[in-house]
Amino acid sequence: MAAAANMEKGELISQVKQQIALANAQEMLAKMTHKCFTKCIQKPGKALDNSDQRCISQCMDRYMDAWYLVSRTYGNRLQREQYRTMDSMDMSN
Amino acid sequence: MSDYENPTDFENLSPNDKELQEFLMIEKQKAQVNAQIHEFNEVCWEKCIGKPSVKLDHATETCLSNCVDRFIDTSLLITQRFAQMLQKRSDSGNM
Repeated sequence: MAAAANMEKGELISQVKQQIALANAQEMLAKMTHKCFTKCIQKPGKALDNSDQRCISQCMDRYMDAWYLVSRTYGNRLQREQYRTMDSMDMSN
Repeated sequence: MSDYENPTDFENLSPNDKELQEFLMIEKQKAQVNAQIHEFNEVCWEKCIGKPSVKLDHATETCLSNCVDRFIDTSLLITQRFAQMLQKRSDSGNM
């Protein structure tokens, strides 16, 4: 099998990136829907009234806020663990 | 065909394929990090968020941040202890 030509490689790379971004967005939406339905809709009625809609909007915003905070905390933790690993390697000199 | 016998053997790949392999590896790692964040957010949302309001207050932010770290600590502890349990079993002759 011949290696991909440069243009095919570029297309492949951008396609993969798109698919990954799409999968991430789908995951986000699925979880958000689940969490915000649970928080906001206690007794399902005949329609989503104004307070339902406001609650869901707010819930979505808070879910995103939480996501960014969790993301930063995780990133910081990964860095700390990395530094700890590097430190323990230095001590073995 | 020999290019694909050992996918992780970088020396045998052409420059294009090498770049693709590296790209895929990095994207895979990024996707794993993202999946982990989704899981943390799911669990910690339940622990820390009562009724969603106009913003996350300080107590909630602290809770979320602690939650991520304690979840990771829990995972590390369980991995460690499980390894010890397996070691004990193999030491006492049960493989």
